[in-house]
Amino acid sequence: MEKKHFFDKPGNLKKFLKVFFASLIVLIVIDLFVPKHPYFAIGGYPSFYATFGFVACVVLVLAARYILRPLVKRKEDYYD
Amino acid sequence: MIDIPPAAIFIMGALLIPFLRGGLKSAYMLMLPVIAFICLLNMHEGTYWVVKFLGYDLIFGRVDKLSLAFGYIFALVSFLAAIYSLKVKENGHHVAGFIYAGGAQGVVFAGDFLTLFLFWEIMAFSAAYLIWSGKTRTSIVAGFRYLLVHIAGGLFLLAGIIMHYHDTGSLTFSYLGLSGTASYLILLGFGINAAFPVLHSWLPDAYPESTFSGTVLLSAFTTKSAVYVLARGFPGTEMLIWIGAAMTVFPIFYAVIENNLRRVLSYSLIISVGFMVTGIGIGTALSINGTVAHAYASILYIVLLFMSLGAVLHQTGKINATDLGGLYKTMPLTTIFCIIGAASISGFPLTSGFVSKSMIISASGIEGMVIIWFALLFASVGVFHHSGIKIPFFAFFSHDSGIRTKEPPFNMLLAMGITAFLCIFIGVFPGFLYSILPYPVDYEPYTGAHVIDQLQLLFFSALAFTLLMLSGIYPAEIRAINLDTDWFYRKGAKTFLWIVNKPVASFEYKIVGEAYELMVIKPMMKIAGMLQSFDAKAVDGSVNGIGRLTVAWSAVMRIIQNGKVHDYAFIMSAGICVVIALILLVRG
Repeated sequence: MEKKHFFDKPGNLKKFLKVFFASLIVLIVIDLFVPKHPYFAIGGYPSFYATFGFVACVVLVLAARYILRPLVKRKEDYYD
Repeated sequence: MIDIPPAAIFIMGALLIPFLRGGLKSAYMLMLPVIAFICLLNMHEGTYWVVKFLGYDLIFGRVDKLSLAFGYIFALVSFLAAIYSLKVKENGHHVAGFIYAGGAQGVVFAGDFLTLFLFWEIMAFSAAYLIWSGKTRTSIVAGFRYLLVHIAGGLFLLAGIIMHYHDTGSLTFSYLGLSGTASYLILLGFGINAAFPVLHSWLPDAYPESTFSGTVLLSAFTTKSAVYVLARGFPGTEMLIWIGAAMTVFPIFYAVIENNLRRVLSYSLIISVGFMVTGIGIGTALSINGTVAHAYASILYIVLLFMSLGAVLHQTGKINATDLGGLYKTMPLTTIFCIIGAASISGFPLTSGFVSKSMIISASGIEGMVIIWFALLFASVGVFHHSGIKIPFFAFFSHDSGIRTKEPPFNMLLAMGITAFLCIFIGVFPGFLYSILPYPVDYEPYTGAHVIDQLQLLFFSALAFTLLMLSGIYPAEIRAINLDTDWFYRKGAKTFLWIVNKPVASFEYKIVGEAYELMVIKPMMKIAGMLQSFDAKAVDGSVNGIGRLTVAWSAVMRIIQNGKVHDYAFIMSAGICVVIALILLVRG
């Protein structure tokens, strides 16, 4: 029987995700108390970077999956 | 002071490697970059090693803060790569690697265009050899494509240099700016090596095909020496801002759907170079400093990531996301090094990416370039998503592939360890890096706002990744390839050949051919008949001798030749000649 590794135990993945979600809340709260000097007005809104990061990541994944992949995907031996 | 250019130390030094064995060889390969580095430390600003050649001055040592900064990092990365590849048996690989590193040093310290061009070509050929050393069919053809693209780039550069000399009477390589055809051709030549959009596809085509260690070297020199010459010749050129921004955005989408992890990283490399190109285009002291700082940071983290993926390839023989997963169980150290590289490329606080990338983004903000600022921010998210999360996740975690292996040899772990240390060292003590930048630095990366903004950006895109993954929307890794602009010369050339073969050739055969037969061939046959009797007796004997020699040589050559490469080569070089001829005609 092989040694159990960290993520083999389902409880560990749950714990990991809980810590991760908690840190997200902490980041939003701290953000309210940090003085900002944004280059553009929009950068000064509370949690602008959090919103941008989330939306950008979703947009790029969806665009890659539903627009780019259907256009450029070929079989592995396409050039052979 | 050792009075030899660093390029010569690498290139001459490389030639001795095949004659050494065992421990002596290892020690020698580690010493070469160290000696070069000591030389660099002893070099002072000024002009050295001027050689008269055919009435021109070849300048092998133009030393200033910009060239020294690139010289240091190139020597450092040569050292790291030498440790990493110590156990590689093939001498050719080491020789090509050191010549390639020497070529990069030569480009950096070249004070005139001829010297620059000489080392530019040395780099192209030695890099192609490193790609060939993959020794698979795909690496051989990819190496030829690499060579053809870079020879084409070199021809554009050469044409630009000749025109520049014609216009100005000078071969000195200094600030050019965009003025006139010559400067556009030179920019094009530089741009091919810097992987400008549309001209970029040689990079993700060729780099993943080299050996586990060859790619480490390749990732450092070609693009970053192109960044150096752009920073030298075209700082403040507005077009570069847009080119750079485009380079940071479009590869993101490719990286998301790509299955080969070294190809994912190749797209990341283009994004990093895009940041630097943008910084050169903005052209302020902050942005040029940012470009050089980012060159340091990105060379180190890209090299670290290619080393860790190289270790995976070396230990498992696999590199596709679909074949990997769960390796953290058996390669924990490699996993940690990969995560440090991933954190650095994403710009986590306390890593090198945080203190360098932000200088360029800030420079665009200070100049009020809102579109560019958004593009670079978007690129930061994209890089984090595919290099920060996707690469470590699919290689080391994800579903368990069932592969059980062990850590790579000690020298590879050591190389990764030192590089990982440097990534963090630069992030924690940015003052050290800032002190060798070309301009005095007035920039503080560690403000409360910057740290919290960056953490929010990264954590919430990680949240998006997590949710997309859990919901199953995230695109599954698929065994497939994705078309890129190399299609135009890989399939486009075939289409072109078909047009030449079928419609054009049949027209030629029917109409031109018959006229030719009647008016030329029949009279020729008569004369030929008379000559033949002489030919058969006297000439044949000697020709047959040469012929046998040629056949023997051809057999040797055929082994390294592959497929229809020469067809493509012919079409490409013919095309370039036509372009240059057209330009010359237009200029009158």
